[in-house]
Amino acid sequence: MTDIALGRALRLKTSLLDQSSRTRKRNFAEKRFELYGMAAVAFGLLALVVLLTTILGNGLSSFRQTFVTLQIELPQAKLDKSGTGDLEAIKKVSTFGYAPLIDTALEQTMAQLGITIDGLSAKQAAGIISKEAPAKLRDAVIANPALIGTVHEFRLLANGRIDGYYKGAVTMVSATRDANVSPELLILADALKAAGLLATSLNPGFITDSDASDQRPEAAGLGVAILGSLYMMMIVLVLALPIGVAASIYLEEFAPKNRWTDVIEVNISNLAAVPSIVFGILGLAIFINFAGLPQSAPIVGGLVLTLMTLPTIIIATRASLKSVPPSIRDAALGVGASKMQAVFHHVLPLAAPGILTGTIIGLAQALGETAPLLLIGMVAFVKEFPGAPPEGFFDPASALPVQIFNWTQRADPAFVERASGAIIVLLVFLIAMNTVAVLLRRRFERRW
Amino acid sequence: MDEIKISAQDVNVFYGETHALQDVNVKIRDNTVTAFIGPSGCGKSTFLRCINRMNDTIEICRVKGDILIDAEDIYDRQVDPVQLRAKVGMVFQKPNPFPKSIYDNVAYGPRIHGLARNKPELDEIVEKSLRRAALWDEAKDRLGQPGTGLSGGQQQRLCIARAVATAPEVLLMDEPCSALDPIATAQIEELIDELRQNYCVVIVTHSMQQAARVSQHTAFFHLGHLVEYGETGQIFTNPQDKRTESYITGRIG
Ligand SMILES: Nc1ncnc2c1ncn2[C@@H]1O[C@H](COP(=O)(O)OP(=O)(O)OP(=O)(O)O)[C@@H](O)[C@H]1O
Ligand SMILES: [Mg+2]
Repeated sequence: MTDIALGRALRLKTSLLDQSSRTRKRNFAEKRFELYGMAAVAFGLLALVVLLTTILGNGLSSFRQTFVTLQIELPQAKLDKSGTGDLEAIKKVSTFGYAPLIDTALEQTMAQLGITIDGLSAKQAAGIISKEAPAKLRDAVIANPALIGTVHEFRLLANGRIDGYYKGAVTMVSATRDANVSPELLILADALKAAGLLATSLNPGFITDSDASDQRPEAAGLGVAILGSLYMMMIVLVLALPIGVAASIYLEEFAPKNRWTDVIEVNISNLAAVPSIVFGILGLAIFINFAGLPQSAPIVGGLVLTLMTLPTIIIATRASLKSVPPSIRDAALGVGASKMQAVFHHVLPLAAPGILTGTIIGLAQALGETAPLLLIGMVAFVKEFPGAPPEGFFDPASALPVQIFNWTQRADPAFVERASGAIIVLLVFLIAMNTVAVLLRRRFERRW
Repeated sequence: MDEIKISAQDVNVFYGETHALQDVNVKIRDNTVTAFIGPSGCGKSTFLRCINRMNDTIEICRVKGDILIDAEDIYDRQVDPVQLRAKVGMVFQKPNPFPKSIYDNVAYGPRIHGLARNKPELDEIVEKSLRRAALWDEAKDRLGQPGTGLSGGQQQRLCIARAVATAPEVLLMDEPCSALDPIATAQIEELIDELRQNYCVVIVTHSMQQAARVSQHTAFFHLGHLVEYGETGQIFTNPQDKRTESYITGRIG
C-alpha cells in the first residue's frame, strides 16, 4: 500500500510529446551503436572488395596464356628409326630429339614470312618457345603415333617472358636487363602476332597440367594440386563425418554425464584450438615415422586434416543436437521409441542442417590448411599425377594451398600471377562448397 | 467395480538429494479417469513419469518401491522400458508434435511397433486414432501438412491421437489442457471421458473443476506425499485430510 502511494507522490506530470533527457540519451546511444555496427560491416566489406580486386586483378590473367602456332614436321627417321611404329621404340626418343624439330619449324616459318631480325640468331629465336614445348610435343606424339611422318599444326606455349610482355609485366626496357628475354625476341613475337601465329588465349593447362620447374612458369598448372586436395577432402569427408557424428551422438545422447565425459568434452574443445602445425608434427611422427606411410601422399595429408577437422565437426554436431528441443525426444520416447530410434528418426534429421554446415565449414578449413601439409612433405615438387583412388591416395601429390605457398616462394615473378590464379581457384572451390552447404541446408529444412 | 490396473507400493523418488516423492501407495483402476491434483512441485509429474519409466531418462533420478501394472512389476530387471512405453502412452503438458506431417505423427508409433502390416491398415489406424482424438474432421484434408502448423488445441489432440495410435492400455496426461482455451479444453475433456471406456486414464491437472468434471477418482499430493486418494465426489465434498480441504477450498497451493 505504501509503495503505491509513494509512487504516486513521486510521479510528475509530463507530456509524452517532449522527450525527457533520459529518453534522448538512450535514443542517442542506440543511434551510436547502430553507426558502430554499420561502420564495422562497411569495413569488412571494404576489406573484402580490396582483397577480391587485388586477387582477381593479379590472378585472372593466369587463366590465359600466349601460344605460338607452328607447322611441325615429324620425320620418321628421327622419331621412329625402326619404322615399326612400336610405342616402346618411340618412347626411347627423349625431349632432346624433339627440340630441334621445333627449332626447324620456327626457322622455316620465319623464312616463309620473311621475318629477319637483326642480332637474333636462329638459336636465340628459338627462345620464344617455352622450354616445356618439346615435352608437350613428345606427349602428343606418344599419344598418337600416327602423327609420325606427317606435318602437323601444333599450338606451343610461348616463353613466360613473351607471355608477360602481352600481359604488361615485361617491357622493351625491362627486356634489355633480362637474361631470359631480349628486345629482339619481343620484336619477333610482335611479328609472329601480326602474322596471326602468336595469340593469347584461354589456357586449360593451368587447371589440368602439373607443376613446372622454376624456369618454366608458363607451363605450371594446378592439376596435381587440385587432385591432391580433392583426394584429401575425400579422405576427410569419409573419415571425419561418420566418426565426428558418431562421437557427438554418443557424447550428447547416450554417454552418462560424469567426470570422464567432462574431461573428454574439455579436451575436444581444446583440440579445436590446437594450432594446425602441431597436427602436422603429430602426423609426421605417427603416420610417417611410426606407421611408415609415404611422404607427400594424400592419405597422410587426409589423415592429418581429419584429425584437425574432427573437433570442428564434433562441436558443430553437438551444438545442433543440443538445439533440438528435448520435448521431441520425450515425444518419441513417449510413444515407445527406443533411444536410438528417437535419435535417428527425430533428433538427427532436425540436427542435420547444422551438422552439414559444420562439416562443410570444417572441410573448407581443411581445404585451405597449409602448415601441417608442409610438415608431412606435401610441399615437394610433384610432376607426376597421382593414380586413381584408392591406390592414388598413396602417390605423391601436392595441395592447393601448398601450391600457392610454393609458387610465392619462386624467384621468377611470373609465378606471382600463377599464385594469384591458384588463389582464385581455391576461392572458387570454397565458394562452391559453401553454396552446397546452403543448398543442402535449404533442402533439409524444407522437408519439415 | 473395475479391476486394479496400476498399483504403487512404497514408491520413493529422489532427484539427487531431493526426495521428491515419499512412500506413495495407490491403486489405480482400469477404465477410470484418475486425477492427480496438488500444489506446484508436489510431485504429480514425477509420479506420472514413474508409471511409464520416463524418469529413466533423467540421470539423477532414482525410483524405489514397486509399481505394478496388471500385477507385473514394471521396474523388474527383465522389463524393457521401451516396450512398457508402448503400453503406457503419454501426453505431455506442452503439445509436442513431431515436425512431420500429421499423418506421420500418428503413424510413427504403429510403424516402429509393427502394428500395421500394410499401408491400408496403417491408414485405418491413423484415421481411427484421429477420430478418437476428435481431430479427424479438421485434419482429414491436410494429413500431409506439418503437425506443427496446427493450432495449440489441435496439436494437443494430435498428440493424444499419436498416443492412442500405439494401442496403449494406460494413458498418462500431464496437464494436457494447460495450454488450451476453454473450447479446446472442453473438447479434450469430452475426449478423455470417451477414452475411459478403453483405457485407464491418469490425468494431472491444476484445475479443480476439471478434476471434478472428468475424473472418477482423485489423488491429492502435497510436498511429495500422497495425502488423500478416493472417489472424486468424496474428495471434493468430504475430504478426510485437513490439507486436502484447504487446498480444495483454495487456502494452500
Ligand atoms: N529433472 C529434475 N531434476 C531435479 N529435480 C526435479 C526434476 N524434476 C522435478 N524435480 C523436483 O521434484 C519435485 C517434484 O516435481 P514435479 O515436476 O513432479 O512437480 P509437479 O507436481 O508436477 O509440479 P507442477 O504442478 O508445477 O508441474 C520438485 O521439487 C522439483 O523441483
Ligand atoms: Mg508437473
